[in-house]
Formats: sequence, C-alpha cells, structure tokens
Amino acid sequence: MKNAEEIFQILKNKFQDSVLEFKTDQPTEPIIIVQALEIDKICSFLSSEDELQFNSLVNLSGVDEIKENKLSVYYHLESTIHRHKILLKISTSREKPEVPSVVEVWQGANWHEREAYDMFGIIFLNHPDLRRILMPYDWEAGYPLRKDYENPEYYQGMKVPY
Amino acid sequence: MGLLDKEFADTNIVISTTDDVLNWARLSSLWQVSFGLACCAIEMMATSASHYDFDRFGVIPRPSPRQADVIIISGTVTLKMATRIKRLYEQMPDPKYVISMGSCSNCGGPYWEHGYHVLKGVDRVIPVDVYVPGCPPRPEALLEGLLKLQEKIRNESMVRKSK
Repeated sequence: MKNAEEIFQILKNKFQDSVLEFKTDQPTEPIIIVQALEIDKICSFLSSEDELQFNSLVNLSGVDEIKENKLSVYYHLESTIHRHKILLKISTSREKPEVPSVVEVWQGANWHEREAYDMFGIIFLNHPDLRRILMPYDWEAGYPLRKDYENPEYYQGMKVPY
Repeated sequence: MGLLDKEFADTNIVISTTDDVLNWARLSSLWQVSFGLACCAIEMMATSASHYDFDRFGVIPRPSPRQADVIIISGTVTLKMATRIKRLYEQMPDPKYVISMGSCSNCGGPYWEHGYHVLKGVDRVIPVDVYVPGCPPRPEALLEGLLKLQEKIRNESMVRKSK
C-alpha cells in the first residue's frame, strides 16, 4: 500500500515532464495532474506495475472549467490488490479537446468516456465506439453539461423549453 | 330474490341503449400498454399487484400497443423517448386513451427548467385524457385517474360517433 505522494514520486521518476503537479490544497483527496496526451501510457503503467497494480477505474468524469478555458477529465483509480487509491486529472483546451482513451487499460472506461463525450464533447482518441450514449444520436445542439450550452427551441418538431 | 335475478327469471331480456352496453363493455376491460418509464412505473406496478389489484377494474397489462386500449405514461418523458411514445400511441387501435401519470409527464415536473433532455409534458406529442398529479402519485391516485377515465368513456357515444 502506498499513499498518493509516493505514487506521485514513482510517476515523476518514470514520466518526468509529463507529470505536472501534485495538488493538495483542497478538501478532496490529493490530485495528480498529468499531461493530457500521455494519459494512456501513464494509466497502462499504473495498471501493470507490480507495486501499483491499479486494476479498477472507479470513475471517470468530465468537468468544464470555463474560467480557465479548459475541459478536464478526472480518473479515480483504485487497486483492490494493494488497497490504495489515487485521483488523476488532465486538462485540455475547449477548442480542440482531445484525450487518448484508456479503454485499452480498463474496459469499463468505454461507457464513461462515451458519457464524457456526450456531455462535454471531449474526443477520446482511439476509443472503439465513440458515440453519444444518453442524448439522442441526432442531437445537434451541442454538449449539455458545458457551461455555455444553450438548449435549442425545438427538437424534431417538439418544443423544448417550458 | 334480488331485482336483477327476478328480471332474468321472468323474461331474459334487459332493455338498454346500444351506447350504454358498448360503453360498459369498453370501460370494464381497459387493457393498458405494458410499458413504464421511471419511478411512477413502480407505483403503476404496485397498482397492478395484488394489494391494489388493477385487474378488478379490468385493467391488465398487454405487451403490445396493437391490442391495447389505454397507455399510461408513467414517468419522465425524455426527448429521446418522446418520439418512441408517439410511435407507440400511433400503433394503438382506436378508440384509445392516454393517462398521464405524475408531474414529469404532466408538465416536466422537477425538470421543468434545467432538464435539457426532458419533454415538458407528454401532451406536447400525444393527446391526454386524464392527468394524475403526484410525484409519484400513490396507487390510490392512479385508481382515481382510471375511474375518471371510465366516467369519460361512460359518457361517450360510439354509435353517434360512427355516423
């Protein structure tokens, strides 16, 4: 079992500049911020390394940080073997929100990433099946959980606002 | 001997209007489309189960819209579901009835303002006969809604309609 700081150090030694920050100044558990485009390699390392063995992706969620003009993805990881947990975060631009998919590492990421795509429009590169999961397939009004989203007047002839 | 027994014993004839007989038959066996949407559907299932026994009013779930008389919209109608509900309704044969059950299907309910995915009332896609308020309505409320629908059917006229 390792705490988040030790895991951060292991990652820092292995990936160096791709691991950006260890953030502890908030009431949540510490956050390890990494480079967006390296997330697949980092996750694959976290899941396969003997002393880490993060075999479970507990949650994957998108967040719109509109004040910083960024879209972020949080990864809650747990190792049921070593009983330790960490929280990873990546940020990407709102104009071109592209993140490598981690479906190769954890199959369970498939629908989580589809949801983040559906709600925030984050493109997960190399995702096997990146379609909308909750909204209708022909929804053209954008991504509903973005802070600057506006609902359309009509969808398929049905009035949407109250 | 009761009045009814005596009348049958004497002549075997009951005099009534065609409308009354047809309406009595129709309102006494309203088959509902076996179909539920959200938490209201749980109350609807409870209404069908033994304690509240929807079947005593002749309501049984029929898992095909083509052989059903009434559709109970039991829950939140999302925009994605609304197109399917419309199709289900169109597949039902006339005469057909709609009970809108609960706040969501009446007017959008708690999703009225920020529900980007919710249709604000099922009456925007299909005509509703009875609105049952509640979130979700208790089985008693749904039973009352059904009684209101029966009352409506009792006062209709199939014969005059077909002219």
